[in-house]
Amino acid sequence: MRSEVESKKNTCDTGDSVLDMDLRVRVMDFLSDCAHSIDDDRLEEWPNFFSERGIYHITTKENEEAGLPIGIMYCEGRGMLKDRINALRTANVFEPHTYCHLLGNTRLSYKSHDTLSARTNFSVIRTMQSGKTENFAIGKYIDEIKFDQKIIEFTLRRVVLESRRVNVLLVLPL
Amino acid sequence: MTESNITENWPPFSWPTEGVTRIPFRIFSDPDVYKKEQELLFRGPVWNFLCLELELNEVGDYKTSFIGDTPIIVTKGRDGRINAMVNRCAHKGALVCHKEKGNAKALSCVYHSWTYDLTGQLMGLAFRDGLRGKGGMPDDFDHKKHRLQLVRTQIFAGMIFGTFSDETIDVEEFFGKEMCDILRRNFSRPLKLLGCHSQIIKNNWKLYAENVRDSYHATLLHTFYTTFKINRLDMDGGIRITDAEKPWHHLSFAKRATLQASEEYADANVHSASYDSKLDGPELLSAWNEFDDGITHSIQALFPTLAIQFTLNSLAVRWFTPRGVDETELFWMYLGYKDDDEEQEKMRIMQSNLTGAAGLVSLEDGCINEFVQRGTQGAGQSTSAFIEMGGKTIESSEASRATEVAIRGFWAGYKELMGFV
Repeated sequence: MRSEVESKKNTCDTGDSVLDMDLRVRVMDFLSDCAHSIDDDRLEEWPNFFSERGIYHITTKENEEAGLPIGIMYCEGRGMLKDRINALRTANVFEPHTYCHLLGNTRLSYKSHDTLSARTNFSVIRTMQSGKTENFAIGKYIDEIKFDQKIIEFTLRRVVLESRRVNVLLVLPL
Repeated sequence: MTESNITENWPPFSWPTEGVTRIPFRIFSDPDVYKKEQELLFRGPVWNFLCLELELNEVGDYKTSFIGDTPIIVTKGRDGRINAMVNRCAHKGALVCHKEKGNAKALSCVYHSWTYDLTGQLMGLAFRDGLRGKGGMPDDFDHKKHRLQLVRTQIFAGMIFGTFSDETIDVEEFFGKEMCDILRRNFSRPLKLLGCHSQIIKNNWKLYAENVRDSYHATLLHTFYTTFKINRLDMDGGIRITDAEKPWHHLSFAKRATLQASEEYADANVHSASYDSKLDGPELLSAWNEFDDGITHSIQALFPTLAIQFTLNSLAVRWFTPRGVDETELFWMYLGYKDDDEEQEKMRIMQSNLTGAAGLVSLEDGCINEFVQRGTQGAGQSTSAFIEMGGKTIESSEASRATEVAIRGFWAGYKELMGFV
């Protein structure tokens, strides 16, 4: 019994195979860094968390369950992600606000030898310039994260919102 | 103020003598006006959008909706026909359907099990004859005399409309031939729902009704197209006011300036047009010419609370409903056609980024109407909006969209129904 515990100390059971704890920590940092790039208004860094052809899709539970392809936002490739950031910096008009992401625990498993599947529940609190603070978005990230020794990046990030209803507008990415 | 007080003192103020070119600001925040709209406008002689026909496929399918504040159920009956009724039990007034959609053999109120058929007729209720001979309904109780309040429906171009008034004219006459031709153009092929979401906007519903008719603001507030130098969207276009008797509906349209003859695209079913833009991801705007009338962008507003968008190939129904005097829920239903191929569907998905709650060219509308709502607080009784761009009349403007003609059309309908003189 004791030896089993010992042998599992630095690993985590992900079902099919065992995930190295170092990798798990690396993924946790990656997910936090991505959220903080948005919270800290370093939005120009955000597209770099995605692979060159990475997909970012914000949708709702309702659409997800009905298998419908259109949600709230759909970007394919880093170019479209950059356009989103450029647009909100230069073209879009909205009342200034900031986000604070609260990330839940992440469940990780191997999708293939170099790609992980991850689910992380989240809540995003939005604060307006007036000081009004409210729970803006609640949902889950369903991610596919590709990694090797050097890089770690999203090949797919599906943001599935609990509610079909957006409070006023959505312009900063979630 | 009680309902009867409102009625006696209605209208509570006179409309400015300039007519539809002046909109008293108080009309966006006055709770008595809001209450009266429920009766005179939403329950008046208008066709209210309820839902899409494709949302009710099987017998027993139901969907809840709203006419103003009033909760509505729409069902597909045993005979395959569409029924609409108020979602309010004839017994105590509870919601009969508390789920937004579903399938049921009958509609049963959970409170006391009063059960209605799919047309809203009461079929039975719990303990009608009491228990062990005691209690129960009086002898003269006749279940046939009780039903959910009926809403008259008409279906046009795959859309289900409802009205409370016996005086509402036929739906095609109400919208006018030209408006109906456009609806037929957009909805005559079998449709497919691609997705939906909604948006809570913090403004009176009439501000969105104005906004969706406001072709003057489009390129001024929504600068995505101009900032990214999407030159091919600098297009000729105009405003067509309905040819119906009442000028309450309109179509705003644009034609891509460098439109290719449709024959050139005949061989390839889909042809992606390339845009001369500064986008890093230009595939956002991959599009094809779907119709041979040259119109590549259109917004059609149908009185009181419906709009249809066809932006490039992005077809969506926008429907909005009041959630109080200063809140409105705006629904976006994205559509494609059943015979779309994979590439066409992909383009509709990509283009859906342009509109909706996070739309690159529409997200500003989420806050701009709120800015008006907030800006007009404390405006008092005598200040009004000034709506004279493009003149003072309500007539089509085929050459220019720098006009507020469609907004004046909305207010003509509003004034008439609400009895403002």
